[in-house]
Amino acid sequence: MKKTLLQAWSCAALAAGLLLSGGAVAQTPVELTLYYPVAVGGGVTKTIDQMASDFEKENPGIKVKPVYAGTYQESIVKALTAYKSGQPPQLAVLLSTDMFTLIDEDAIVPIDSLATSAEDKKWLGSYYKSFMSNSQTGGKTWGVPFQRSTIVMYWNKDLFKQAGLNPDQAPATWAEMTDYAKKLTKADASGNVSQWGVKIPSTGFPYWLFQGLTTPNGALLMNEAGTETYFDKPAVIEALQYWVDLSAKHKVMPGGAIEWGTTPKDFLEKKVAMIWTTTGNLTNIRSNASFPFGVAMLPAAKHRGSPTGGGNFYVFKKTTPEQQQAALKFMKWVTNPKHAAQWSIATGYVAVSPEAWETPEMKKYVAEVPAAAVARDQLQYAVAEFSTHDNQRVTKALNDGLQAALTGAKTPEQALKDAQREAQRILKPYQR
Amino acid sequence: MNRINLQHQVTGWLLLLPAMLLLLAFTHYPAVATLWHSFFSTPKGSRPASFVGIENYQVMIDDPVFWQSLWNNLYFSLGTIPLSIALAIAMALWVNGRIAGRGFLRLSYFTPTVLPMIAVANIWLFFYTPQYGLLEQITGFFGLPSHNWLGSPSTALGALILVAIWKEAGFFMIFYLAALQQMSPVLAEAAALEGASRWQYFWRVLFPLLMPTTLFVLINALINSFRLVDHIIVMTRGGPDNASSLLLYYIYQVGFSYWDSAYAAALTTVLLAVLGTTAFIKFRFLDRRTHYQ
Amino acid sequence: MNRPEQASEHFGRGGYLLESAAAWLLGLLWILPLAYAVWTAFHAPEFSTRLELGAPLTLQNFANAWNAAPFARYFLNTFLLVSMILAAQLVLSTLAAYSFARFEFRGRDFMFFLVLLQLMVMPDVLIVENYNTMNVLGLRDTLLAIGLPYFASAFGIFLLRQTFKTVPRELEEAARVEGASALQVLLKVYVPLAKPVYLAYALVSVSHHWNNFLWPLIITNSVESRPLTVGLQVFSSTDQGVDWSIITAATLMTSAPLLIGFLLFQRQFVQSFMRAGIR
Repeated sequence: MKKTLLQAWSCAALAAGLLLSGGAVAQTPVELTLYYPVAVGGGVTKTIDQMASDFEKENPGIKVKPVYAGTYQESIVKALTAYKSGQPPQLAVLLSTDMFTLIDEDAIVPIDSLATSAEDKKWLGSYYKSFMSNSQTGGKTWGVPFQRSTIVMYWNKDLFKQAGLNPDQAPATWAEMTDYAKKLTKADASGNVSQWGVKIPSTGFPYWLFQGLTTPNGALLMNEAGTETYFDKPAVIEALQYWVDLSAKHKVMPGGAIEWGTTPKDFLEKKVAMIWTTTGNLTNIRSNASFPFGVAMLPAAKHRGSPTGGGNFYVFKKTTPEQQQAALKFMKWVTNPKHAAQWSIATGYVAVSPEAWETPEMKKYVAEVPAAAVARDQLQYAVAEFSTHDNQRVTKALNDGLQAALTGAKTPEQALKDAQREAQRILKPYQR
Repeated sequence: MNRINLQHQVTGWLLLLPAMLLLLAFTHYPAVATLWHSFFSTPKGSRPASFVGIENYQVMIDDPVFWQSLWNNLYFSLGTIPLSIALAIAMALWVNGRIAGRGFLRLSYFTPTVLPMIAVANIWLFFYTPQYGLLEQITGFFGLPSHNWLGSPSTALGALILVAIWKEAGFFMIFYLAALQQMSPVLAEAAALEGASRWQYFWRVLFPLLMPTTLFVLINALINSFRLVDHIIVMTRGGPDNASSLLLYYIYQVGFSYWDSAYAAALTTVLLAVLGTTAFIKFRFLDRRTHYQ
Repeated sequence: MNRPEQASEHFGRGGYLLESAAAWLLGLLWILPLAYAVWTAFHAPEFSTRLELGAPLTLQNFANAWNAAPFARYFLNTFLLVSMILAAQLVLSTLAAYSFARFEFRGRDFMFFLVLLQLMVMPDVLIVENYNTMNVLGLRDTLLAIGLPYFASAFGIFLLRQTFKTVPRELEEAARVEGASALQVLLKVYVPLAKPVYLAYALVSVSHHWNNFLWPLIITNSVESRPLTVGLQVFSSTDQGVDWSIITAATLMTSAPLLIGFLLFQRQFVQSFMRAGIR
């Protein structure tokens, strides 16, 4: 009795399944799931939803379903576990630095295996080169830049004026920055500082801000293959020495680790005249600053320079060729000049191709918010964000070294030599 | 008789079964599995896990971050446990006594227990912020020099210890309060008649009687000192340069941001060994000396 | 209740003032974070770092916080989670405690030892393995997965066993004579007598799981299964830096139920602890 009932049920279920799948074959809309790293609702999700539905209207055969997966860290966890269970998203926006992790997990498809036509090749060349450097390794392209940022310097014009500096002129070189910062640091007789010259935050991801120092000093931190690091090169040590000197020698930056999270607030509270932080902070500072402020490229040592940051599109394996082609279509559509400009204006991220900046909308935006163009102009000097195999671990070795030097526990040279040794140990299995 | 006895035994087992199964599945099995997996490598991509013997432990011995986290945890325990227990006893005595406004005091001592650590850690972050943070505003008022409390290796752990004490003391107070309220007032009267001071009364009479409570609280405090990492995630992320990294936080990092589950298993094994040893000491020695009623 | 107070009179009033001062200083210190949260949550962001009497009050921070994350959903999740855990804990602990207190069977002492082990080796430190288990069970990212490791509680079993042991056997025997089964005896005799223990335990359990963070953070990744604490975290890890106005508003919002609950029931709370003889 029991058995027959079970059989009946499974027959019915099978039949229903066949019917359903049959129906699906008849219509054949390709469904794309897109993991998108945003934890909270509001502006960004609305923009993404809007773009997805606009895309569907222009491409009736494709459905795009955005899934808001939390922070970057949570999104990659979610994407990788979904992949391991056999049901990956077709598309995901994840950190550009996650590239090696995704390759090591054998989870993503190289973009150039999908983009094969001559037109496609041209398309891949349309992005800023500095964004592509985080998307390519071993002669293959693994990601398409989408929501990208870079580090810039914000300065308080009122405080500049008070210190007798030209309020419209940010320091252009390291020497100038030290010089300005000295004039901008206010201390009482007993040495208590009420206003600092400059703050370069050093918690959370100090390596990224450190790249804002090594890049202008002409140093790279890793090779393109992500198997080697160059922490103990003289130019790198010099860069860290400069950072350490800002507090230890020149006393224009507070000692110890400087909290990333409170740095914008320090700036808004007028406790510091210049800060280094992401372009993504522009909206926050613009709406909360009670004083005029400027946005500038990072000061130069040998030349200008900054790392890029932010997220790329990745296409996952274990998906059908149709889905992968549809994903390609979507990536092309959403990063084409018109939509890249729309996206940049709505979110504050840097538009990813030079053509996007030539659109009328973008030109109008730049005229209104000149600060937005600073990030663009800096791109020509920008390098890839630090990323290697076993990325988090190698990054931690560097972060620990940087904090050790900044808190005075080690000399810059010692700290970076230790970090290099640790990184080499971690990367050994990948150097074959 | 035998049949009844058997039925009795079976009933006992059946009542126990559901709880026991869950305990086995989520406490004993994972503890054993942790030990087992610590002898294997982490599976990655197409490479499955393979037996590596004690390699993970060898790596651990050479891992300065592990040692620092372990030592930090020790300092963290030594810093939080005695102070939070002492404060808890003082609070309980006060709230139990005749102090004006004890309703308010009881509430205020207890609020940290109710507030989620993840949220209050942000508030403490403000208290510790250099220049305009609350602590700085106070020290600045007295003309003391400014200090980067969370950004200096010498004070970061201490600052976190303070937060943990704040969080714990009020919770422990409740246990002491309950114990105090059950004590016979005759004791105090007798002590007073013999001319004992309040101090003597506390040490000679109250404290020994509170011993079972203290032991219970001690175990809880110890566990918590190895379990509480929420404030680290918000306030320091273990920094600067691992100065405030605790063992469980490091396990969390290794397990869920390096995805090195084998090494995380080895680290967890150490944590389990520490907890297991304390459990052993407790059951073996301490329990004998306290007077259970 | 009042007797200990009288007792303290026997020791004169010498240190009374000094002690009062210390008690109050500590009290103010302890409530400071909450006071700061109230101040900041009800004022505009520019007052988050300075106390200025007469600063205009606002509810905007609450509106912003409420809109920044699906808090209604998080509240529901936390509520469901806490209720589920508590219900399971009460039932399972009661059965197990009864077994330990009143049944004699082979292996009982060893089983009790296994239970006591969990007092030290709690699920909070076994995050890596339990994560794998949930993965295998296909439960990752569900409320059940957050709660499951906590269903069997050594603390609860231990506590109730102690209480059940103090129940006079005559009561049970009387019920047995009337033909009650083991379960009926448990429900009619033991459970009613242990009421204060249940209350005290429930309060500890609820406040613990309402505020638990690390495990839910790891095991969940979607709005549908995340509790309040994990939802709160989005405010502390932003690219744009910390915004204390919103954080404090969110903090007050999310802990209001517990705070109000304690405010209303603090007397019963302490009394139940007292009667439960938790020590």
